[in-house]
Amino acid sequence: MQKGRYGKHGGQYIPETLMNEVLKLEEAYEYYKKDEAFNNELNQLLRDYAGRPSLLYYAEKMTKDLGGAKIYFKREDLNHTGSHKINNVLGQALLAKKMGKTRIIAETGAGQHGVATATAAALLGLECEIFMGEEDTIRQALNVYRMELLGAKVHPVKTGTRTLKDAVNECMREWTKRVDDTLYVLGSVMGPHPFPMIVRDFQSVISREARAQILEKEGKLPDAVLACVGGGSNAMGMFYEFIKDESVRLIGCEAAGRGIHTKDTAATIATGTEGIFHGMQSYFCQDENGQIAPVYSISAGLDYPGIGPEHANLYDTKRAEYVPITDDEAVDAFEYIARTEGIIAAIESSHAVAQVMKIAPTMRKDQIIICCLSGRGDKDVAAIARYRGVDLYE
Amino acid sequence: MSKIKEAFHNKKAFIGFLTAGDPSLEKTEEFIVKMEQAGASLIEIGIPFSDPIAEGPVIQEANVRALSREGGCTLEMVFDMVERVRKKVSVPLVFLTYLNPVFRYGYEAFCKKCSEIGVDGFIIPDMPFEESEELVKIAEKYDVEKITLIAPTSEDRIQTLAKEAKGYIYLVSSMGVTGERSQITTDVGDIVEKIRKVTDTPIAVGFGIHSVEQVKQYSAIADGVIVGSAIVKIIAKYGEEAGEHIFDYVREMSSQAKL
Repeated sequence: MQKGRYGKHGGQYIPETLMNEVLKLEEAYEYYKKDEAFNNELNQLLRDYAGRPSLLYYAEKMTKDLGGAKIYFKREDLNHTGSHKINNVLGQALLAKKMGKTRIIAETGAGQHGVATATAAALLGLECEIFMGEEDTIRQALNVYRMELLGAKVHPVKTGTRTLKDAVNECMREWTKRVDDTLYVLGSVMGPHPFPMIVRDFQSVISREARAQILEKEGKLPDAVLACVGGGSNAMGMFYEFIKDESVRLIGCEAAGRGIHTKDTAATIATGTEGIFHGMQSYFCQDENGQIAPVYSISAGLDYPGIGPEHANLYDTKRAEYVPITDDEAVDAFEYIARTEGIIAAIESSHAVAQVMKIAPTMRKDQIIICCLSGRGDKDVAAIARYRGVDLYE
Repeated sequence: MSKIKEAFHNKKAFIGFLTAGDPSLEKTEEFIVKMEQAGASLIEIGIPFSDPIAEGPVIQEANVRALSREGGCTLEMVFDMVERVRKKVSVPLVFLTYLNPVFRYGYEAFCKKCSEIGVDGFIIPDMPFEESEELVKIAEKYDVEKITLIAPTSEDRIQTLAKEAKGYIYLVSSMGVTGERSQITTDVGDIVEKIRKVTDTPIAVGFGIHSVEQVKQYSAIADGVIVGSAIVKIIAKYGEEAGEHIFDYVREMSSQAKL
């Protein structure tokens, strides 16, 4: 009962058909995470293929313009495939190979996890199938083609809201059909144990690097660390090594869509309630009857009705704060960081940038903020243009 | 002997499934009565859920139809329907639901309500053995039985799962989600044998069963068969007029199960 729990959250709420597979995955992971050869191989891939360590960049112009705390960006957008997703995918794909699997499947929202998974599959010689909500295949058409270029088969999911939640449903269904040769490479710190732990461990490289980098550059810890949160993988990676540093504020930025007082929102902490779904106990956007809500955000990667169980516990224990950021605020931030720093950040990451713009001016000049730029925004350019009324299609 | 076990006593059980509220709760009530008249020995009632991850397309669509009808289909509405139909049928009734609606309603309140309205058990596809302790304890207090699912991949788990099983064991015939299959490749007989070594709880085979031949084959190996998608398909096709068609289908199928 207590396995894979974060406070009361987490657990393993999945069909019996998957139980043995999930137990085998846990066993394999516990073995390989201590295996020197595995770690050497993974670290080499992260360094030589993904381009780690990622830079910790001092955003001097933004710092001066906002007139408060010093702002640093952890540049996960500069990784190979353009987001933090590659950190986890290389780990899980390598694990799949060690487990003797020949095929990996994954869900994707914005397409970043799908692209990363297709990339790892190409590199490691695994068969790859990606499940993506039909709505998202339209919003992120370029990423669909990218995945196909990389040799993956993309299945547009036509059920429910046709977004990330439904892609997860379909991917879980697919996994129950075929477990022998297949590993579900989950993209976020969610789902049944051991996924939230595995994904967090593979993503924690972000904060391990950032913590050492800031100590080297500034000789002290940051005052606040920020990241956007959908399921919460880049945020968990960005927070993890700072959890023990109690002076560091941890701030997760959720997608409020058109506002938390409207139905068009995906801000789980701000509007959700406790529930059990997608393999885990956590907070979910749902109605009073426990039906999962059709959520909305301009960002396909944050358009998810739940949040990972470890985040739910960081919220319960007040170790981390979670703030809602609207579409408007995120788009403003997307444009602001492009103009000010010459960085086109993902619309997901722009949710965290928006919060940086709010809090930096309220902080002292000797204080430090680190914000995770989880991905690059090339994929979002056409959607932002449309948001601004420019009729641009890819 | 529990009411569920009685349904398997000295006979092979035919278990029919439908989704509550598809196409309406009034019709669900009528279809349940028809199934009993046609010879069903136990009826599983699906509580509609927004994201039924263990279901194939046929039952997924039934969930959508039930939830999108005017006024929706809440747990409270399903309870009222069952309370009415309980007065008309005597076969055991078992809920099939995902865990979240039960969790939101409250485990205690849910079990109490099941007991009050005459629901004999429940199946929760996304609640494996490891996560079932809290709810099972409460259910026992109200004499409601949690139905255990055993899958083709259960292997070394079979013993543990079968030992604690109440009511009947839902033996999942195939990998994947619910829905008709022309061929079932799992060695069902082998799993049945392993289960029988540790328990005399009756075993019903489900997932993919839709033909008379399959009913004959699997009721001979196990203690009963479960048919879901094939019935839901009839409801999808005939809607409000499905009653007679369900009756004919269930009669033909259930007569084969009572060899």
